[in-house]
Amino acid sequence: MIMLKKFLVVMAAMAMPSLALAQPANPAPAPVTKEVAAPVVATPAAAAPVAAEAEAAPAAAAAPKSMDGSLPGYTPMRPDYANSVGMPKPKEVDFQEQFSDNGQYAKWINNAILLPIITIISLFVLGLLLWVIVRFNRRANPVPSKTTHNTFIEVVWTLVPVLILLGIAYPSLDLLAKQFKPAPAEAVTIKATGYQWYWGYTYPDHGGFEVVSNMLKEQGDVAKGERFRTENDGPKLMAADNRMVVPAGVPLRIQTTAADVIHAFAVPSLWFKLDAVPGRLNEKSLTITKPGVYFGQCSELCGARHAFMPIVVEALPPEKFAAWVKAQGGTMPGAEKPAPAAAPAVAAPAAAAGTAPATDSAAAPAAAPTK
Amino acid sequence: MTTIAATGTDLHAHDHHDADHKPAFFARWFMSTNHKDIGTLYLIFAIFAGIVGGAISGLMRLELAAPGIQYLQGWASMMAGKEASLDEAYHMWNVLITAHGLIMVFFMVMPAIIGGFGNWFVPLMIGAPDMAFPRMNNVSFWLTVVAFIMLLGSSFVPGGTGLGAGTGWTVYAPLSTSGSVGPAVDMAIFSLHLAGAASILGAINFITTIFNMRAPGMTLHKMPLFVWSVLVTAFLLLLALPVLAAAITMLLVDRNFGGAFFDAAAGGDPVLYQHLFWFFGHPEVYIMILPGFGIISQIVATFSRKPVFGYLGMAYAMVAIGVVGFVVWAHHMFTTGMSVDMKMYFTAATMVIAVPTGIKIFSWIATMWGGSVSFKTPMVWAMGFIFMFTVGGVTGVVLANGGLDDNLHDTYYVVAHFHYVLSLGAVFSLFAGFYYWFGKMSGRHLNEFLGHLHFWVFFIGVNVLFFPMHFLGNSGMPRRYPDYPEAFAYWNGVASTGYAIMAVGILIFFVNVIWSLLAGRRAEDNYWGEGATTLEWTLTSPPPYHQFETLPVIK
Repeated sequence: MIMLKKFLVVMAAMAMPSLALAQPANPAPAPVTKEVAAPVVATPAAAAPVAAEAEAAPAAAAAPKSMDGSLPGYTPMRPDYANSVGMPKPKEVDFQEQFSDNGQYAKWINNAILLPIITIISLFVLGLLLWVIVRFNRRANPVPSKTTHNTFIEVVWTLVPVLILLGIAYPSLDLLAKQFKPAPAEAVTIKATGYQWYWGYTYPDHGGFEVVSNMLKEQGDVAKGERFRTENDGPKLMAADNRMVVPAGVPLRIQTTAADVIHAFAVPSLWFKLDAVPGRLNEKSLTITKPGVYFGQCSELCGARHAFMPIVVEALPPEKFAAWVKAQGGTMPGAEKPAPAAAPAVAAPAAAAGTAPATDSAAAPAAAPTK
Repeated sequence: MTTIAATGTDLHAHDHHDADHKPAFFARWFMSTNHKDIGTLYLIFAIFAGIVGGAISGLMRLELAAPGIQYLQGWASMMAGKEASLDEAYHMWNVLITAHGLIMVFFMVMPAIIGGFGNWFVPLMIGAPDMAFPRMNNVSFWLTVVAFIMLLGSSFVPGGTGLGAGTGWTVYAPLSTSGSVGPAVDMAIFSLHLAGAASILGAINFITTIFNMRAPGMTLHKMPLFVWSVLVTAFLLLLALPVLAAAITMLLVDRNFGGAFFDAAAGGDPVLYQHLFWFFGHPEVYIMILPGFGIISQIVATFSRKPVFGYLGMAYAMVAIGVVGFVVWAHHMFTTGMSVDMKMYFTAATMVIAVPTGIKIFSWIATMWGGSVSFKTPMVWAMGFIFMFTVGGVTGVVLANGGLDDNLHDTYYVVAHFHYVLSLGAVFSLFAGFYYWFGKMSGRHLNEFLGHLHFWVFFIGVNVLFFPMHFLGNSGMPRRYPDYPEAFAYWNGVASTGYAIMAVGILIFFVNVIWSLLAGRRAEDNYWGEGATTLEWTLTSPPPYHQFETLPVIK
């Protein structure tokens, strides 16, 4: 909880100046948004503001292109380098810190059960071999025994491994059951589509817009005036221009598919990996416990630039997520259903801000532009 | 009477002359029907392919030694004969990993362990004069050579983004179908067809030989464990390779004849290919390691001066591994989106394999236990094998857990795992077998000191090379990446250092082989002494060109 508050304060501090810059510059969210048909549930009234913004976009897109990925009401979160949150740590030997309950459970199963067992087994075999070297070398034991059978010991070294494996199987199958628990009906759905060689994130619950996510290149590798990677975006080769923004602490339904060849959507710090297969829609549930930026990389060989299509998940508090959705021209699902006729798109952020903790100053500017 | 007697001795002398009569060079080495010559050809071929495959991994470790793209573009330009784009350079990376995998599996380990040692020692150990189908044996070998040439040739023709097949050794559709335009992938697939056909012919040959040509008295339960291991391996080949052949033929149909087996847009399923591939691919890993188990069993018994402990358990553990190996394939596909029931089944079934494998490890140790062990070079390699294979085996138990594999799948942890069981498992058994039988095959002793030196340098090298890959995998580095974030730099640098150490070990090996062939001490018939009890040690070193014209009788 303290962590969360601290984080929000930091966020607010970061959000302010960039907002000040972004506001007068006639924000243009469209370049990051592939226009997708509005969801069937949306009434014309609900869809209208989306369309209006999208239409306005192309004109504005050419001139002031955001160089840091910020949008009105949204500034990309700076990754937590100090604690290596969501990213690999130099010289690390262990798994990355986990930010989902299943991830923490899985890491615990490995580090508390499997790793000790396999270490002990390996050292046990090594110890036996060393004992053979010391005790049964030709000098120490010139006359070999003729023993070639011992039913008891053979039964022991068959049954003991069976028992060890049963001990491993219990938590292992339990973990699988947890991982496969379907997401609840109200979970937020995000569809990740793999392309050669970038990701597209579609938000079917929020108007069906698709965020296209390309790897950010280094300053020296882009033309003048083009956006390049900064430390705010993330580590080299892991940063993307547009992130997959999701709400933290809320069940997510992650779906994966691909448009050309097989890719794999993988985020090590969330213990999440699911292949993106053309013609299939794979689905797994995920709940990210803390707001933060979590990096991953494509994990199925997909051609030349396989190593250069990173995955960046940014988990935000729900109200900030709502602001981001709005900036993308999307709608919050709750807003459409109760009042389909009356300007619904703005209702959700306002409501979200109202229910948010009062200390959350960062949420205020996000929700403020309620017209 | 005298005449008859004279005729008798005469005949005998003539027989003896016949046994050593060798055809002229071309007929002997290019039209060979002699199992020992074909075995030698296979070993020479495997060593050559191993140098090529090992050099490719050297290029890979050089590029990965530090973050950034250092050399790849230069190499791609060299291959293309023109300035290569960055994408062509990245494609070149995929060609390297594909070639390394295919070469090491199909053209190094399999030809060496089955074609080489299998051909050489299965007939000798069962007291047979030759293989059942000597001409087919020759066909197997030359098909393998043509297959290798096809694979190497594929790197010089277009394969999509650049030259060569960049699909990975798994050749997953649709990357290998719609994702790779050009003849390179067709050539690589055809290469696999040929290598597969060669292996199927070889498997038929081994099964027939072992079932029909054992010396009188050698029942199945008296066969040396190496023969058992080759028998089980041959059955795995016979049952698994046709499935691979079908899968890659379907790839060819999809690529060239408008097929849609794996094209989702036309009703096909890309995951179907993975099921077919791994139905072959998982038994394939046992195909690579089982003959190694056999070699290790012979060596451990020989140098402990004791018969193998729990012989029947050892033989049937291999049979069990072979059988269970056919029903665990989808653990290679845990992240493809399979159902929870399938994932639980494949988790449980995979873990079962640890039981017969454990029986083998403990039986080897029990064979040494109470023995009078001499640590000659082959034994040192065998003990290295046992420990390293254990380490590779236990990480396999970790990966078997579908829930944990969600994070580890397609990371360097997997690379570490299968290099521990193959580079430190199968390859250690190959070196062990080579040091064990070199004197028998060539008639000259390898140098003991250089053998031990080779072992220690190689052992340290491969561990420095592959152990840090566990760490890289834990912290999330994906496989098949030519470049990586800064955070992975340290362990990658360590791994590349390990490669250099390992390469020095290989150099020592070649020095040893060349020196021993030229000036090595002549090998006696049974140079390992009383512990070596199998039939090959009753023959001269090298054995006569045709052996066992009078069949030995096993009591």
